[in-house]
Amino acid sequence: MTVYRLRTPVSEEEVRKLRVNDTVYLTGTIVTARDAAHRRALEYHKEGKALPVNLEGLAVFHCGPITTKEDNRWRVVAAGPTTSARMEPFEDAFIRNFKVRVVVGKGGMGKKTVDAMKQYGAVYGAFTGGAGVLAAKAVKKVKGVEWSDLGMPEAMWTLEVEDFGPLTVAIDAHGNNLYETIQTKADTLKQDIYRKLGIT
Amino acid sequence: MTEKLLETVAVKLLRLAVTELPQDVKDALQRAYREEENPVGKTQLKAILDNIDLAEKTCAPMCQDTGVIIFYVKAGSQVEGLDKVEDALRKATAKATKEIPLRPNAVDPFTQKNTGDNTGRHVPYIHWNVVSGEALEITVLPKGGGSENVSALGMLSPNQGTAGLKKFVVDTVINAGAKPCPPTILGVAVGGGADIAMKLAKEALLQPLDQPNSDPELEKLEQQLREAANSTGIGPMGLGGKTTVLDVKVDYACRHPASYPVAVVVQCWAARRASARISSDGKVEYLTHKVT
Repeated sequence: MTVYRLRTPVSEEEVRKLRVNDTVYLTGTIVTARDAAHRRALEYHKEGKALPVNLEGLAVFHCGPITTKEDNRWRVVAAGPTTSARMEPFEDAFIRNFKVRVVVGKGGMGKKTVDAMKQYGAVYGAFTGGAGVLAAKAVKKVKGVEWSDLGMPEAMWTLEVEDFGPLTVAIDAHGNNLYETIQTKADTLKQDIYRKLGIT
Repeated sequence: MTEKLLETVAVKLLRLAVTELPQDVKDALQRAYREEENPVGKTQLKAILDNIDLAEKTCAPMCQDTGVIIFYVKAGSQVEGLDKVEDALRKATAKATKEIPLRPNAVDPFTQKNTGDNTGRHVPYIHWNVVSGEALEITVLPKGGGSENVSALGMLSPNQGTAGLKKFVVDTVINAGAKPCPPTILGVAVGGGADIAMKLAKEALLQPLDQPNSDPELEKLEQQLREAANSTGIGPMGLGGKTTVLDVKVDYACRHPASYPVAVVVQCWAARRASARISSDGKVEYLTHKVT
């Protein structure tokens, strides 16, 4: 369990040093994207159109923030992670095409993403679910908002962050998946738990 | 009782609920942090506690998913103007959405259009309960989506009985894994019918965590289920540890001879609820939060 402080853009070499159970604090630029933004980004790529923000070496954050506009400037009120499983159909192509190095969310992701992270060098950082104010506190500035036609939660927010975390490395760039380890262990313990409860 | 007063109290309840957890939930999370031995689990609980603290200090919603708004109203039969309550609660919800702010979470299931203010067909949903007296008690439960998505109903066979119930609860916890933002609170209900079991299970979440079940047999069952859930090792945020649930609350209704419905409603750690009692003279007493 090592604690790392990383600055974006993060290199492939830096990301490959990380192992599951490590803690990461990120400083630099992160970009929010939920299902709709993932879908649109991949459509742009297919059509050969450039994304509004170059994502290489950045972190993509599965998040639909609550934001307010004060004196013509956006402020993030709460920005905890959303369930990452919804982005599973898109994330491998997202990592391959846009070279994001860190994916931040909650609840973990599936095999396609784990394989892409191993192949292209990226990690999944779990941000504590629901800790929306803690995340907002790390946001120093809203650099921009793209695709706001998708609605406040679904838009692509570019955020400047400082010591954004703690992120627990739950999928590393070596094929390890902490969620899977825990889930497999729980499944193994199941019969024992049944027995203790007197279930035959 | 004026509509204006009701609206003001309901906005205040929504603000209290989303920015400050009731003391019993905070105590349970602090105890979990003290007792957690897994370093990753401890990190998660620390982040939760830091977040709760920050939310309180800055009066910001502790989680960006401020849920679907559900009200429970205990209406004294002598209260005048009960026909105005629904309108006042709807107005309060729209107002709170703008002022606090809450995330707009009411989406038409066919057009996929978000109404933008947390009101719409059947939302906020209001559960009514008529009691004797002149007071009106309002409880708000903003219910997050991530934990709701792993809630489950099992229409078991009566011969599966209590053992079937226990198995269903354990399976629900394991299948849910990291998804509902553990440590969670489980509302469990058996009997009634499909809808009654679900309703009772959700209402069980309104019970303070530091209050034992008044039925000693149910209290024993709650303890067994709590220990079972916590021996799965799923832990805070599903990243490992010994606190998977903060508590389990069980209720029941008599059942049809051929049915054995078991409902499990899962509540994330952000167990937000707030209650107030409004007396006929307009006096307001907040029941879940200290209000100065």
